[in-house]
Amino acid sequence: MRWLLVSIIVLATTVGEVLQAIGMRHHGEIHDFRPGALGRVVSALAQSRHIIASVAAMAVSFFAFMALISIAELSFAVPATAGSYILETILAKYLLKERIGWKRWAGTVFVAAGVVLLSF
Amino acid sequence: MTSPLRALRLKTRIFTAIVVLTNVLGNSFLSRGMQSVGELLSLSPIPYIRALFNPWVAMGVSLLIVWLLSHMALLSWADLSYVLPVTSIAYALVALVGRVFLHEQVSMARWAGITLIVIGVTLVGHTSPRTTKVHNKTGA
Repeated sequence: MRWLLVSIIVLATTVGEVLQAIGMRHHGEIHDFRPGALGRVVSALAQSRHIIASVAAMAVSFFAFMALISIAELSFAVPATAGSYILETILAKYLLKERIGWKRWAGTVFVAAGVVLLSF
Repeated sequence: MTSPLRALRLKTRIFTAIVVLTNVLGNSFLSRGMQSVGELLSLSPIPYIRALFNPWVAMGVSLLIVWLLSHMALLSWADLSYVLPVTSIAYALVALVGRVFLHEQVSMARWAGITLIVIGVTLVGHTSPRTTKVHNKTGA
């Protein structure tokens, strides 16, 4: 049961965050952090298909995570769900066309290995 | 043109800190609350909604909403492949918080994990936060 929840979380997080990155890229850089301007950003984002789909995927991931930590410890749940960002880094390269140099790859691999070690 | 890059880095650091702190605190509060709520394995939404009335769960969820919004803001100018590893310093922080405040044992493997994460985050932190063109509404 816990691994089924972990797979749901990894898939939903990956889909959610990649869609979020696409949506935010379409929106463009946020410069103005005054409350009025932020309100306009939120209402623009609420109409973005990518952002709506992303929030839906993140909600699935969130409720699956709640279910997981109700049956497993946080120290199991957090590292187990970290698998999503190896998948996300690959998608960032091919789907979002981000340029990932050796430093970023090496750093990502270090971080992933570190997160796995944390579960011991 | 060092100053726009410097401004971008500063903005990125500030938002990374917000994302990390709200994530660590939000998940800790949520976890604390879920321990008193009990097992939650249901396809019906009612037990989940009931769980939201637990004060720890409610505080956790509020912090995670701030996390979601600041994460979105960060992604409006920074690469996903940058944000992902850099914000995972949160995992190392969770382990350290457990050591300092909850007096949990930190095994050798965990210390090694924390060290690897810090090295990894430092490496990625030295790359440019953005490698793609950002949409610019003025067309400049």
